[in-house]
Amino acid sequence: MAEKTPLTKEFTKGIIKENPVLCLVLGTCPTLAVTTGVSSALGMGIAATAVLVCSNSVISALRKVIPAKVRIPAYITIIASFVTIVQMMIKAYAPALNDSLGVYLPLIVVNCIILGRAEMFASKNSIAASALDGLGMGIGFTAALFLMGSIREILGAGSWFGMNIPLLGQNPILIFILPPGGFFVFGMLMAIANRLNTNAERKARETACAACPMSESCNGPDDEKECVK
Amino acid sequence: MSLTQLIGIFLAAILTENYVLCKFFGICPFLGVSKKLDTALGMSAAVTFVMVLATAVTWPIYTYILVPKELDYLQTLVFILVIAGLVQLVEIVLKRFIPSLYHALGIYLPLITTNCAVLGVTMLVLDKGAENPSFGYIASLVNALGAGIGFLVAMVMFAGVREKLESCDIPESLKGLPITLVSASLVACSFLGFNGIVDRLLN
Repeated sequence: MAEKTPLTKEFTKGIIKENPVLCLVLGTCPTLAVTTGVSSALGMGIAATAVLVCSNSVISALRKVIPAKVRIPAYITIIASFVTIVQMMIKAYAPALNDSLGVYLPLIVVNCIILGRAEMFASKNSIAASALDGLGMGIGFTAALFLMGSIREILGAGSWFGMNIPLLGQNPILIFILPPGGFFVFGMLMAIANRLNTNAERKARETACAACPMSESCNGPDDEKECVK
Repeated sequence: MSLTQLIGIFLAAILTENYVLCKFFGICPFLGVSKKLDTALGMSAAVTFVMVLATAVTWPIYTYILVPKELDYLQTLVFILVIAGLVQLVEIVLKRFIPSLYHALGIYLPLITTNCAVLGVTMLVLDKGAENPSFGYIASLVNALGAGIGFLVAMVMFAGVREKLESCDIPESLKGLPITLVSASLVACSFLGFNGIVDRLLN
């Protein structure tokens, strides 16, 4: 992890290629619950990103101290502390956001993205790499929430960030901000992500091994034992 | 709090406030283990059990320890640790005394710690109690039981839908989770129909 290129890679992978919501399907509960409006979706994304960066760095710093047997309770305690801090900050500086997120704000504790990154990444990598991984995953999460929030608010309420949209504003399709709309938009976005991924893979398979799942451990196309092609 | 009100809370928690389909709690197990009817039943039974138990423990802790000592900002931290400890305890007790139930629930128990429905219900009943002082301990427990049963109803219904989906011809990109979510959307639609039914029934 000493070189510069892998670090930027840790950062960018979370945004598109391993997007936590659309590709890894983690953290679905907040994704569906808070995306009725753009502003609450964005607020949730930023709060979760803050928790993710802090908890990833601390867990990575303590990775040699925490005994393997009690690592999960230790991670949960660290995450819960940061969630409490973020919750108090939001209560103090953005009370309106606190009201719109409600119980989903403390529920960041059980967001699988955060515990998942702690277990899969931060417990094995350096502090800088873990912080960047957290930031990238957090931005990927925020981007997915923002996208879903925009679609649902524009179609379901006829507005965007509370601004009225002509034509749609008079006759919004209410179902999109109701629970069924959440499931539907999420399913459709995931189908689009699937489609884009298969297309990209097909293209990559014809040209290089970049998209090959073994590309990290394999020595290139000449390595007969490892190469999937 | 009268019996009618308690029944109202129970029914509302199952139908109009369904934790999975209306409040989006516990979506991960809902999508993950609803493929077959028996696993869906096992998971929901375990969730219901832990929900009621967790509410029974966290309610007094919050009301009689955290609030008087002005430590209520530690709510999140304390609740998640209590739930994690409780799940562990339930696992040990079941293994020792009711091994058949332990084997039936086995793999689902540890997963419940990170099920947001459990943490969600313990926190939501406290919010309800803060708004309405007559919403006490018993009402909270009834609400938790209703939430668990609601989870069970959603899981079992959805398991049926998913078994039908297996034999359908689905477009390539929609295969797997996307079509599952779209069908979840239709099931959630049907639950919208319950709006107001509980008030009408009891008044």
